[in-house]
Amino acid sequence: MDKIVIEHLTLTYSDGTESLKDVSLSIPANTITVLFGPSGGGKSSLLRILNRLNDLADVTTLKGKALINGKDILSPEIDVSALRRKVGMVFSRPVPLPLSIFDNVSYGLVMAGVNNKKRLAEAVEMALTQCVLWDEVKDRLNAPGIALSGGQQQRLCMARVLSLEPEIILLDEPTSALDPLATAKIEELLRELKEKFTIVIAPHNTQQAARISDTAAFFLQGELVEYAPAETMFTLPKDKRTQDYITGRFG
Amino acid sequence: MEEIRSRPVWKEILATRVIQICGYSSILFVLLILYFLLSEGLPAVWTTDITSLLGTRWYPTEGFFGIWPLIFGSVIVTLGAGLVSVPLGIGTAVYISEIAPRWAKEALKPLVEILAGLPSVVLGFLGILVLSPFMRRLLDMPTGLTALTGAILLGMISIPTIVSVGEDALNTVPKAYREASMALGATRWQTIWGITLPAAKSGVITAVLLGLGRAMGETMAVMMVTGNAPVLPHSLQAIFMPVRTMTATIASEMGEVAAGSVHYSVLFLIGIILFIISLVVNVLAFTLSSRKITRSERLLS
Amino acid sequence: MFWHLPSVPAKSPAAKGCFPEDNPLQKRMLAPQQVEKIGIGLLILISLITVLPIILIVVYIFIQGVPAFSWEFLSSMPSNGMKSGGLWPAIIGTFYLTLGTAIFSVPLGIAAAVYIAEYAPNNQWTRLIRIAIINLAGIPSVVYGLFGLGLFVVFLKFGTSILAASLTLSIMTLPVIISTTEEALRSVPTSFRVISVSLGATRWQTIWRIVLPQAVPGILTGVILGLERAAGETAPILFTGAAFFLPRLPQSPFDATMALPYHLFVISTQVPGMPIQIQYGTVLVLLLFVLGMNLAATTIRSRARANRQW
Repeated sequence: MDKIVIEHLTLTYSDGTESLKDVSLSIPANTITVLFGPSGGGKSSLLRILNRLNDLADVTTLKGKALINGKDILSPEIDVSALRRKVGMVFSRPVPLPLSIFDNVSYGLVMAGVNNKKRLAEAVEMALTQCVLWDEVKDRLNAPGIALSGGQQQRLCMARVLSLEPEIILLDEPTSALDPLATAKIEELLRELKEKFTIVIAPHNTQQAARISDTAAFFLQGELVEYAPAETMFTLPKDKRTQDYITGRFG
Repeated sequence: MEEIRSRPVWKEILATRVIQICGYSSILFVLLILYFLLSEGLPAVWTTDITSLLGTRWYPTEGFFGIWPLIFGSVIVTLGAGLVSVPLGIGTAVYISEIAPRWAKEALKPLVEILAGLPSVVLGFLGILVLSPFMRRLLDMPTGLTALTGAILLGMISIPTIVSVGEDALNTVPKAYREASMALGATRWQTIWGITLPAAKSGVITAVLLGLGRAMGETMAVMMVTGNAPVLPHSLQAIFMPVRTMTATIASEMGEVAAGSVHYSVLFLIGIILFIISLVVNVLAFTLSSRKITRSERLLS
Repeated sequence: MFWHLPSVPAKSPAAKGCFPEDNPLQKRMLAPQQVEKIGIGLLILISLITVLPIILIVVYIFIQGVPAFSWEFLSSMPSNGMKSGGLWPAIIGTFYLTLGTAIFSVPLGIAAAVYIAEYAPNNQWTRLIRIAIINLAGIPSVVYGLFGLGLFVVFLKFGTSILAASLTLSIMTLPVIISTTEEALRSVPTSFRVISVSLGATRWQTIWRIVLPQAVPGILTGVILGLERAAGETAPILFTGAAFFLPRLPQSPFDATMALPYHLFVISTQVPGMPIQIQYGTVLVLLLFVLGMNLAATTIRSRARANRQW
């Protein structure tokens, strides 16, 4: 079975907006899957389903199943905190917690109950190295997280997630607040990370989607219009709506 | 990930429960206060003559418990305070929020905060030693301890409430309103009176209500400067005569009554009246301000 | 400059009759710019009338009170029927009362605010809690005194004591602490909570590790202002714990105590022949206390604003 399987998912918010309409989707492990489309399409909602962050929002209906490793994560018996440690999320604006760099990266582990100092130090170093940030910050781990530049802050946010050794990484428009150089660094990082993790990303423009994806899903107003490998999606899309969006007829 | 041991969940549940109980504690306290006021004060209703309570003489040592003079005292002093505090308070609030340059704001606001923090005994003290002789000489009266002096002092005491709540209300009016008005050619002055103040109307009314409520509930300052005469007025001259407020009555006579006596219960009864007045005023202010929020949200969306 | 509107351009014949200068009646009325000048002048005058007395009061108290000041005045016991000697028992008494108030009202107030800001659902019960808090905030201080008398002094048999007075003052201080703490908690950005939770923390962990620490300056400011008010109040302690003529310092929470505001009240209204200088000296002590607390609160507020990590 694929890593992530979504079956007939429908989601409505309390103000009446129907965010996801009968979405079914299957994502294999160790790939970069891209969710793209105009805003309001449901991409963020789908991401937040996968780590149950939608619990924080005012949701009235939630139908269907979302299976990770074969287990339905929408069922009430799931330990949500443990799920979130396995399915990490990087947000569009890099927001360091009001703590030092070290405490930022080790936050998830400390909250999970790990207080072995050696273990934490190792995990922090490993995560920061994976994010190509270690050399830049190793001498100032006690500096506050906001002392870093925008691009560094976003890599810090990724290190925060990686220190928990998740299986899936979700990214919601992770480079929208960054300059092209920082964006390129993050995209390269993602290509390396897919060897160990399954990555689902909602990029903030179609060009980024085309650059980094293995598979792509086009969302339009809550509906999954098309889901195909990247080679065919961006060159020969099957659905007319997809083609209109990619060529810029609407946006 | 396997080495991560699960945290004790019971700690979390305990903390959440304790916090929840603390959250509801304020309801508990209000009910407690109401209960004790009622249990000590209601007996007054059946141990005294109703005609005595509703009478016009407050002379406890001889069994006259007419509360009208006390209510009158509180009302006249509060209204007088309002005449002082409302124009001064709203005017200052408007100046601070709409017109004052940064340096003026930073000078004015701490000063108002100092006034807010001054204990009322201090103001009462200065009332006795400075304001009251001044009023006596100014108006050529036999005594300076009058309703008027009390009103002026109370007005000062309630100004900080009106200034801070009023300023908050004015700051909540969206900048877009002012900018639109001035883009049409209106002056700042016209904008304030034609657009900003009306938009902040419910907040300003709330400020006035809370200020008046503060005035009516004040005890020490009024006790020290309004003289000691629980009498009903004969004419408009009354504002230049000593009066007694409800609050001052409780404070000055409680020390001398025997627990459980009729006098004791009547003082608690007066406390009930004060409690109800403050309840009405504050719930009114609360409903006004919460309704305002929904209205402006609708307008701007 | 933004505030100076451009003057009216040269008129065309077609516009005749449209401008104020053309209308003989309008000529007598003031132009909007002139009205504005007068109006703003009026507001400045009003603001000065409001704050001038405050400055005068502070200066006057200093001038009159400083002559009475000496180390002995502050640290010795009163003598000669209270007409001379020191303020020490009153100062210590106010300190005990403030401490007692803090012990009861601060933890309870912060916890209640955490509930309202972080846990409470958006329903009728929560509205009721808010109404209750607003109510508690508006109850006259003398009614708190009655309540304290009824519950703590009589019913719970604590007698006229520091304990009864502190408990009474704490319930009175609760609304201030709850509202300022709630505001401080709300000012912490929501993104912190979302991120913390997305990393596997629970709600309580998030509050304890991130939200509360960031809200501390705001909470501290509120606590200081609340305790400042409690320390200066007379009516709630009149029948619950304050005494005037105590031969020695309080030895336990069940003792009554002298207190600065009550002391001032009595010496200025009920002690004949009380030297004026000592009265002003007492006032000055109270004033210094208030000014000190205000200064502390303001400093904390501005330092926090500068050091914010968001």
